[in-house]
Amino acid sequence: MVNQKVVLKFSAALVEQPIIYRLIKNYDLMVNIIKAEINPRREGSLIMELSGQPDNFQSGISFLEGLGVVVEPLSQTVVRDEERCSHCGACTVVCPVGALYMNRPSMEVGFDNEKCLVCGLCVSYCPLKAMDVKWGD
Amino acid sequence: MSFKRTYAEINEKIKKGQAVVVTAEEVIGLVEQKGVAEVAREVDVVTTGTFGPMCSSGVFLNFGHPKPRIRMKKVWLNGVAAYAGIAAVDAYLGATELPDNDPENKHGPGRFLYGGGHVIEDLVARRPVRLEATAYPTNCYPRRRIETTITLDEINEAILFNPRNAYQNYNVAVNRSNKTIYTYLGMLKPNLGNASYSSAGQLSPLLNDPYFRTIGIGTRIFLGGGVGYVAWHGTQHSPCGTRGENGVPLGGAGTLAVVGNLKQMKPEWLRGTSLTGYGVSLTVGLGIPIPILDEEMLRYTAVRDEEIFAPLIDYSEDFPQGRPGNLGLVSYAELKSGQIMIEGKVVPTNPMSSYPAARKIAQILKEWIQKGEFLLTEPVALLPSADSGIKLNSLVERNGVNGK
Ligand code: SF4
Ligand code: SF4
Repeated sequence: MVNQKVVLKFSAALVEQPIIYRLIKNYDLMVNIIKAEINPRREGSLIMELSGQPDNFQSGISFLEGLGVVVEPLSQTVVRDEERCSHCGACTVVCPVGALYMNRPSMEVGFDNEKCLVCGLCVSYCPLKAMDVKWGD
Repeated sequence: MSFKRTYAEINEKIKKGQAVVVTAEEVIGLVEQKGVAEVAREVDVVTTGTFGPMCSSGVFLNFGHPKPRIRMKKVWLNGVAAYAGIAAVDAYLGATELPDNDPENKHGPGRFLYGGGHVIEDLVARRPVRLEATAYPTNCYPRRRIETTITLDEINEAILFNPRNAYQNYNVAVNRSNKTIYTYLGMLKPNLGNASYSSAGQLSPLLNDPYFRTIGIGTRIFLGGGVGYVAWHGTQHSPCGTRGENGVPLGGAGTLAVVGNLKQMKPEWLRGTSLTGYGVSLTVGLGIPIPILDEEMLRYTAVRDEEIFAPLIDYSEDFPQGRPGNLGLVSYAELKSGQIMIEGKVVPTNPMSSYPAARKIAQILKEWIQKGEFLLTEPVALLPSADSGIKLNSLVERNGVNGK
């Protein structure tokens, strides 16, 4: 099984097509859409988790690239500066998936990297600037 | 049988390394096990702590005189203005001051990445800070301008003086409108999407001495990782509001003005703070030891989150418009459970002040006292309490002077 978070970027023409449906149906891949955006010029970007058998995964990616979709691995991660974080808990209100959460009754703030969508909301919100985006794998 | 303990007796025990010290969290369990009377006889001191954004904070600085001398009419530190309308080369840098060119909330909720609180943190962290000052020349102070770099150790004085810290209880903020708002209590999601609170509850200093029987002028405290003192009651000190049966105020009440030498504080406990859509602040670590003079003091310090209530306030309309009233009271135990009920709706809660850091401060203070490094002080004068008749006035708008 391959399991990777990828970013797809595609043009206006492709927005109308059922790409994801074909990806699932023809390549037997599991798709978990994390974030989808279509900008005013009708260009789309999709962040999703893609998993399946390695050969299916490769064929699926080739299929997308054949259509002119740019496929990039999601290589940003969000990290917490453990020295700077005071465990105030303010960020737990902005994290959309509970990757930052309160442990009770200790009231310490947990950070679950696996769940993190790299949406960046906590990075700009954290009052002590303890969260940061890291580039690369 | 009632008993009494004096400051002198406590300090004798501290000096001998024999004082029994517990935190305001630990004392709760002890009282549950053994009862107030027994624990009061055993425990000499209970330590408290809090670590949250405290906007009314700042530092008095004396930079020393350059050659030739300058009066310093306007002063900036890393581009953040400090108030220089006092004697030559003195200035007061406030925690919420922004750089002159900060975009504020002009393009949506501002990020407020740098300001007075951050300069204070930079100073304490021993990072060099850019100083710029301008002045009009006088015969004794001929110079018009200076630009240089300072560090905390080189300047003569850096006196942290926070006019309003350690709020005794506070509002819980909610948003009844249908759009997200940004406040000093953080982001509030629409339609009661979250409830934000900022108090260490059972660990918070003034909630453990609700009538200020022991915390008064001259009380030695943990401030910003070093030693500080209570200088006065804080601004907006309001001890006469409604209290519960246990004496704990049911909303924001007492405050403290505190003072201490910045040079012996630590950056870990004084942090520049950015509040999205609101501004900058300073997160201050503050802890106060409470002497167990009698059973009554022990009973106060054994207060639990279940017994401390805060008002739910709507920050979309009621608070900004200055309307009285609230949406009910909630206990800190409910707040810390992660969700509360408001008008039949389950609302998730989030803190703004760090409970784990408050716990750590109470622990550090406890160790200082156990090691005999930190003696207790009897207040020189007590703070105005529930019998003081203090009323908080609103600002009245009038046209002209004397209503003319
Ligand atoms: S808001 Fe920042 S400092 Fe507070 S718990 Fe979250 S990451 Fe830590
Ligand atoms: S980047 Fe987004 S998903 Fe990840 S922890 Fe921060 S708020 Fe949560």
